Amino acid sequence: MPELNLLKAVNLALRQEMRRDERVVVYGEDVGYEGGVFRATEGLQQEFGEHRSMDTPLAESAIVGTAVGMAINGMIPVVEMQFGGFVYPAFNQIISHVARMRNRSRGRYTLPMVIRFPYGGGIRALEHHSESMEALFAHIPGIKVVIPSTPYDAKGLLSSAIRSPDPVIFMEPKRIYRAFKQEVPEDDYQIPIGKAKVEQEGTDITLIAWGAMMQETRKAAAVLSEKGLSPEVIDLRTISPYDSETLVKSVKKTGRVVIVHEEPRSFGTGSELVTMLTEKAFLYLEAPPARVTGFSTIIPLPRGEQHYLPSTERIVMKALETIQFLT
Amino acid sequence: MIFENYNPLEEKRFQVMDETGNIVNPDLMPNLDEKTIIRMLRTMLQAREIDLKLVMYQRQGRMLTYAPNIGQEAATIGSISVLEKEDWMVPAYRELGAMLWRGMPLDKMFTYWYGNERGSHMAEDLKILPVSVPIASQLLHAVGIAWASKLKGTTEITITYFGDGATSQGDFSEAMNWAAAYQTPVLFICQNNQFAISMPRSKQTRAHTLAQKSVAYGMPGIQVDGNDVFAMYAASMEAAERARTGGGPSLIEAYTYRMGAHTTSDDPKRYRSDEELDSWKGKDPIARLTKYCLNKKLVSEEEIETWRKEYIAEVDQVFKQVEQNSDMKPEEIFENMYSKMTPQLQEELDDYKNYLAWKERGQQ
Ligand SMILES: Cc1ncc(C[n+]2csc(CCOP(=O)(O)OP(=O)(O)O)c2C)c(N)n1
Repeated sequence: MPELNLLKAVNLALRQEMRRDERVVVYGEDVGYEGGVFRATEGLQQEFGEHRSMDTPLAESAIVGTAVGMAINGMIPVVEMQFGGFVYPAFNQIISHVARMRNRSRGRYTLPMVIRFPYGGGIRALEHHSESMEALFAHIPGIKVVIPSTPYDAKGLLSSAIRSPDPVIFMEPKRIYRAFKQEVPEDDYQIPIGKAKVEQEGTDITLIAWGAMMQETRKAAAVLSEKGLSPEVIDLRTISPYDSETLVKSVKKTGRVVIVHEEPRSFGTGSELVTMLTEKAFLYLEAPPARVTGFSTIIPLPRGEQHYLPSTERIVMKALETIQFLT
Repeated sequence: MIFENYNPLEEKRFQVMDETGNIVNPDLMPNLDEKTIIRMLRTMLQAREIDLKLVMYQRQGRMLTYAPNIGQEAATIGSISVLEKEDWMVPAYRELGAMLWRGMPLDKMFTYWYGNERGSHMAEDLKILPVSVPIASQLLHAVGIAWASKLKGTTEITITYFGDGATSQGDFSEAMNWAAAYQTPVLFICQNNQFAISMPRSKQTRAHTLAQKSVAYGMPGIQVDGNDVFAMYAASMEAAERARTGGGPSLIEAYTYRMGAHTTSDDPKRYRSDEELDSWKGKDPIARLTKYCLNKKLVSEEEIETWRKEYIAEVDQVFKQVEQNSDMKPEEIFENMYSKMTPQLQEELDDYKNYLAWKERGQQ
């Protein structure tokens, strides 16, 4: 079984899906010949040709808008936005058409398509290359939002996204594109969209995160365990539709929860999850649900990034506070 | 009437000075005094040395991602030099030469690329907008600024820069259309450096030239040899005079070449050949102006050498200061979000400071 990093796992998923189904086409800026600025689509043009792995004009609205048309006419477009910060020219297409076509046409026109892009901070990048804006997309009814945190999950989730009859926004945590390797089976496998993963079982507190923040959360859990505490760690994996069942079950067990995300705090994914947990597990809560997040500010350029991005220590502090609440 | 004589539909390219520094189009040679020509040369040399240094710092791990301008010095300096102090500049991110010409301090530019927003804070009298990374988005700001100038009855004009790739964006079309429809005084300077990262200009659009795109919007357009500082100046001056006298916007396609990488994260060897690069080295805008100046005895080789050394030393010294003064305090992240800090932001900042204190106390 090959050991792959997250980026290579994305590449493998694309390759296998393109082999399996010739309706799958991949395109975006610098995606074809160059193989993408991060090389996520490297080698695809060589293997599948210029008609299946394509470079496009520099125009995100066109990339997504044409994908809508492609999907309507029987293709499965998997398009790349070069960075999360450059999706916005396509936002009109996403919110006005990608999310609405099925409902608008009462199911006559559906959009099996994927919009994938690298997101998130921590790589000391230029402006617009570091944001984490999953809540913005998750807030749009009609699209699904998926974020992997491991190479294994990246392949299984992307494979599911490409086979999904619904449009999927697939956000790739670029900070951990090459952070670590994992065994990733060449065999076909899917990880269901909408299912969270309990990565570590525990009884004292539930830590919920996704994407690159899973790394900090895993480390925080290790610190807490060293202190003799028992954290439960959940990787949300799908932001929308999220897996309330798994989250509620966990919080009913631990009575305490900390949600970690990189995106801005206010109106973030954490707000939605806390509300849902309060609604569904109110009587089980032993401390106020807590959040460790990016600030409600623009993510600063690299010289300020270390303050903005949730760190292991910030998570540990908040977890300890939550565990010690009224005890 | 340069624009009239170089109709973009006829696919002519306007040149004044050829690759060897000879004036091949004396009738259209702009009337520039010696001082200005020397200043052009010096600014081009300075831009080049800054680029070489910053790319080197990046390789040494001292600098973050940087987008060099090598090869495009004439395109920016030839166009910016027609502006008056009251005029506006709306950049993309590859206009170092133009920024230097306008008097943007080195420490600000380095601070920006070194990853601190302080570098985008312009002095009151410097009418330059911050670097704009989302491709083509800034063009609409230029149109709005120029529209305001017009409504206010001033003679200000606005110059804005973008690449060949930018012409594929919707914002480009919207800006061009609007500017022409409302006759706003804008100079659209398209730096066609032949690539948008790996994407060659020929694949970006089926149009034969980018200057041609002006025609459908009802705007004068011209393709200029962007490595010829005199041609860039002459065409830009004509466009500026038109804009100042109520004649509306113009599009200038500066036909040039990005001799370096897209940014320090890019490896151009993946998508273009050494031969192609070499063929453009012979067209280097700085070599060309240097030859002209030496032939005319405006400068000597020794002077050029002295200036280069001064520029290198200045970069060294300023960059060291920037390295030492660029850390961001948490407050700086919050302070400029709104006119006044909101209670919610204040709370987040206080929370963060509590955390820092907790860490300071050894996590107690
Ligand atoms: C809206 C948007 N999409 C994608 C990018 C990523 N990107 C940065 S530069 C670039 C190519 C720009 O090419 P061009 O306009 O020709 O300018 P050049 O960099 O060659 O000066 C791309 C795709 C971006 N900055 N903004």
